[in-house]
Amino acid sequence: MGMNNNVLGLIFASVNDSTVIDLTKQRTMGSIPFGGRYRLIDFPLSNMVNSGIQEVGVITKSNYGSLMDHLGSGREWDLARKKGGLHLLPPFSHVGGGVYQGRLEALNNVWNFIDYAKSKYVVMSNCDVVANVDFSAAIAQHENSDADITIVYAKGPYRMEKNISTNILTIDDDNNVTEVLVNPDMAGECNICLDMFVMRTDFLKKIVREAASKNQHSLIRDVLQGRKDEFVFKAYEHNGSFFKIDSLESYFKTNLMLQKSEIRNDLFDSESPIYTKTGDNAPVKYGLETTVKNSTIADGCMIDGTIENCVIFRGVKVGKGSVVKNCVIMQGTVIGENCNLEYVVTDKQVEISDDRVLTGSLEYPLYLGKKAKI
Amino acid sequence: MKIKKKCVAMLLAGGQGSRLYALTQKVAKPAIPYGGKNRFIDFPLSNCINSGIDTVGVLTQYQPLVLNDYIGNGQPWDLDKMHGGVHVLPPYQTSRGASWYEGTANAIYQNMAFIERYDPEYVIVLGGDHIYKMDYSKMIDFHVANKADSTIAVIDVPRSEASRFGIMICDDERRVTDFKEKPKEPVSTLASMGIYVFTWEKLRKYLIENENANTGSKDFGKDIIPAMLKNDERLFAYEFEGYWRDVGTLDSLWEANMDLLSPSVPLDLYDPSWKIYSRHENMPPQYIGSNAHVENSMITEGSVVDGAVDFSVISAGVTIEEGATVKYSIIMPGTVIKSGAVVEYAIIGEDSVIESGAKIGMSPECVENRDDWGIAVVGHNITVSGNKPVLPKEIISENI
Repeated sequence: MGMNNNVLGLIFASVNDSTVIDLTKQRTMGSIPFGGRYRLIDFPLSNMVNSGIQEVGVITKSNYGSLMDHLGSGREWDLARKKGGLHLLPPFSHVGGGVYQGRLEALNNVWNFIDYAKSKYVVMSNCDVVANVDFSAAIAQHENSDADITIVYAKGPYRMEKNISTNILTIDDDNNVTEVLVNPDMAGECNICLDMFVMRTDFLKKIVREAASKNQHSLIRDVLQGRKDEFVFKAYEHNGSFFKIDSLESYFKTNLMLQKSEIRNDLFDSESPIYTKTGDNAPVKYGLETTVKNSTIADGCMIDGTIENCVIFRGVKVGKGSVVKNCVIMQGTVIGENCNLEYVVTDKQVEISDDRVLTGSLEYPLYLGKKAKI
Repeated sequence: MKIKKKCVAMLLAGGQGSRLYALTQKVAKPAIPYGGKNRFIDFPLSNCINSGIDTVGVLTQYQPLVLNDYIGNGQPWDLDKMHGGVHVLPPYQTSRGASWYEGTANAIYQNMAFIERYDPEYVIVLGGDHIYKMDYSKMIDFHVANKADSTIAVIDVPRSEASRFGIMICDDERRVTDFKEKPKEPVSTLASMGIYVFTWEKLRKYLIENENANTGSKDFGKDIIPAMLKNDERLFAYEFEGYWRDVGTLDSLWEANMDLLSPSVPLDLYDPSWKIYSRHENMPPQYIGSNAHVENSMITEGSVVDGAVDFSVISAGVTIEEGATVKYSIIMPGTVIKSGAVVEYAIIGEDSVIESGAKIGMSPECVENRDDWGIAVVGHNITVSGNKPVLPKEIISENI
């Protein structure tokens, strides 16, 4: 892994938060727990670090308590640095609550940071895609092309759905992105935009300033669509697996995808690990007469029941006689004895008393909010 | 500038651990994995920071590479401090020449300058080969309350085992009146835990005297404590009640791991108020496969289990393939147990490969003569083929 001193990473911690409204009630998209011990921001952040990027700005607007707590000084990502390192970027002045209307607005609200950036290139990412992306290859491709923006995409199945926003790219034979379509009415294998971009820093500064002067907010609408005749957009294909978290259903299904060894090995490639804050937990303790099948279980859990096809986060307790199937159980949840849970997503620190039966479905998993007591 | 510390800890981590042979050929004893996620040294280091002691000198000598790497800047234990923190102290050269650490007292003697940088009132001397959770601050309070010159932590052991330990004989006020190293007929059952608190002024004096006397052993148990007793210094025994286990032998290492699986053993690694920290790699959570069978075991991150695991401790990044069986065993980090291998009553070192068809160890019931039974051990970075079974008590330190 070489160092990319000339590249600044920018992560939008709270774009598309509204698609998973339950999970973002008290947190940003970036701090949604995922995969037993991670938060979604761990993926773009680790990808950047693994691509040699040594300075990353994380842009957020509100609800960022859990995000700050998770990132701390950035040490776990090796970003507690004298030069560069991690910068948490809430708005520089009062701009009201909620989320930003678009990435250009977000960037304009941290203008001082952007303006000060000395790096030659910028890599941008949201937090709603779970993937192990090699940005260094995307940067190299960008450097060797005449592109103003290089857009990271992956080939995958698509169909239009209400309330879910997917950007689809049309790419010509010279790898030019000729069109970016938002949620087009089509179906089949498409070039799905991963909302990750490489561009020169001075180009970014220019488009942010120009957008601000025209009161434009959206990178997709106002630049990729609105100025497509003016600029050159090239595509970079990510070949590995990728999962877009754009609903509770996709959040749930993506967690359960980790049971597939080829996906686990791809996402958690030991050559490009996904870093996260450590919990300093002891190993999982399995009691007598436990049955555990096809499950991903994080440290610090005490399992005395039956677990099948689940993702269990750190420090979860499952009592004797309980059967937990097809569930995502977040950190610190305590499930009593003789419970039966199927297709349930519990947020952190949920308490479920003995003998409770809770059932959702694959498409509509039952969601229990943080610290709920059942 | 001196930043004064009330107490500095000196951790003796230079021992070879020859009774743990095969596991300590290239690794210092304190760096041996324990309990799935820890290494021995995590216990004294975590106890220090949890007790409010933030300045620790770790005296290393034997095969320090893995240990040094593990301790690093001390960050996992919160011992990366602006003032104090953890310092690895290997033997060094002076204008008068260079010498190895000759004994436990000599090791501290050679590092008196380190201690004096912090101008401490007290020094606590610790070892790196015991599993226990202990609040050293209570022991220091006891030491202060008794106006002691030295306080020795003791634990009440069964009389039948007392002759294996250094035994303290005390009066009713817990003042130590005599000390016997491994007595044949013990008069007391208070065994020294190898944990000493000294008033630094006193220890300094005795270290210098001991060095000048040139006894040959230069050891706390053999020289310093007897000399202090002889001069009628105030020595007290601080009785520790709780789980404490020596892990200096292969059998005791196995037993101490098995203790973690016993509900009746009072060593709680899950207590958030007294965590035992460790340095670990970034690994995804463990995955237990569709045909796996897991019961009464501890398994940690990065492991993939598709086989059967029962009454075992599985460390980080271990692979147990479908059709493999692991029972009553300890599997250290990064090891692969291939399909069809059977591992029972065994310790398997780090990054080893147990090939298909290999048979390691045996349950005591399957051995005719009970004296023939013991734990089978495979060292680190070793491949065991399926050609010949590894018998109970056998120690494998080369590929077979």
